[in-house]
Amino acid sequence: MIRIENLSKSFTLHNQGGAVIPVMAGAALNVRPGECVGLTGQSGAGKSTLMRMVYGNYLTAGGRLIVGDLDVATASPRQIIALRRHTLGYVSQFLRVVPRVPTLDVVAEPLLALGTPANQARDRAAGLLQRLNIPERLWPLSPTTFSGGEQQRVNIARGFAHGFPALLLDEPTASLDAANRGVVLTLIDEAKARGAAILGIFHDEAARARVCDRLVDVTGFTPPSPKAGEAA
Amino acid sequence: MTLHTASDFAAPGPATDQPLLQVQGLTRRYGARIGCADVSFDLYPGEVLGIVGESGSGKSTLLSCLAGHQRPDLGRIAYDGRDVLAMSETDRRRLGRTDWAYVHQNPRDGLRMGVSAGGNVGERLMAVGARHYGEIRGKATDWLGRVEIASDRIDDRPSAFSGGMQQRLQIARNLVTGPRLVFMDEPTGGLDVSVQARLLDLLRGLVRDLGLSVIIVTHDLAVVRLLAHRLMVMKSGRVVEHGLTDQVLDDPQHAYTQLLVSSVLQV
Repeated sequence: MIRIENLSKSFTLHNQGGAVIPVMAGAALNVRPGECVGLTGQSGAGKSTLMRMVYGNYLTAGGRLIVGDLDVATASPRQIIALRRHTLGYVSQFLRVVPRVPTLDVVAEPLLALGTPANQARDRAAGLLQRLNIPERLWPLSPTTFSGGEQQRVNIARGFAHGFPALLLDEPTASLDAANRGVVLTLIDEAKARGAAILGIFHDEAARARVCDRLVDVTGFTPPSPKAGEAA
Repeated sequence: MTLHTASDFAAPGPATDQPLLQVQGLTRRYGARIGCADVSFDLYPGEVLGIVGESGSGKSTLLSCLAGHQRPDLGRIAYDGRDVLAMSETDRRRLGRTDWAYVHQNPRDGLRMGVSAGGNVGERLMAVGARHYGEIRGKATDWLGRVEIASDRIDDRPSAFSGGMQQRLQIARNLVTGPRLVFMDEPTGGLDVSVQARLLDLLRGLVRDLGLSVIIVTHDLAVVRLLAHRLMVMKSGRVVEHGLTDQVLDDPQHAYTQLLVSSVLQV
């Protein structure tokens, strides 16, 4: 479902003397449907950079990056927009939403964008918020004022609202208590069971051991340059 | 981080494989000075295109050329397959009243200040042939509701409204005739932040539910991140970078875009 071949990336800092910083070379991995692959490597090794490249958020310098049947490395913005709407979900660590929009609608939005009837989308959103222990009295409020852990759970609910065939998870259990962490791991198990291909970053080792089928150390994708360590 | 960006809203409408607007090599000069030069892009149904750049970068010139307020010196604009620049003035004006809408930065430029709120909305309907008073008033009331203006304000003049209400009224006036393409020039420009958020939410919902195509000119990168699917960055009249909005903002390739993005103050 996600296939990466010989992927490379560099940043050119035009306003800092045009420095070119290679941050990735020869990256390769494969995530099959129903499989969860965890990215490992020290902070700064390029885990998030790789995830952002898969999502089309960072451009790639070379190589192939296939999600479903689209090569994200060469896709047009329009193709990536469609990919993100239908096929590829992303749960980041931080919530970024239009202020003032109620939590229930924030979670329902990916379904509304797919044309799901509003009441059906909100039912699904409500079910997820309930499972993730967001009290019902908070649902009509904007999540921008919530605590870090609550915002993360809203983010997760939103990421799982539509049954994406491929999912990117950036530390989905980072700031959660044991009960909610358990709910999130169950959601991941359920997504795998329905055939989702998942690529994730998990600093929580026990969580990683429970949900990941394989681990890929991104340190191996570091380009052979003395500068690489400073990047990203 | 890039999560909830504009790419997860907008209508998944069926007939989205033909561009609604095709622009090629658009150039407008003011004497020896360049207004905008060699601008080309396609816009599809349900898509929001953001145009950013500092003042004087040509973004407003481009918008007014696209909307037919100025005539470009060179280039081609096709709307729904029709050559806009070859149309008669009458046809172009009809397009401006029916299929297109233009939301000005200052609502006073887009409203008639001496006419009631309901009249402002109804007038657009009458311009396209609506004659039944009850229907016009009903539709006007419906649209005032959609932009969250209470129905008991329908007979008030816009001069009695706050800036945010005036802007919402301007949007209702523009959208009541069901346009497919909306031009917006800094629509959240003069508004305070709480009103801005409300307007952004409204615009996202309208794009999603009505499948609108929008071209929005702004200098506010936070606004385009939440509203625009794609982004064009302009400098000295030319497009220097063009791509998926969050990609352009998070991994800018051009020196000017890098400067623009790194100059934003963090809240």
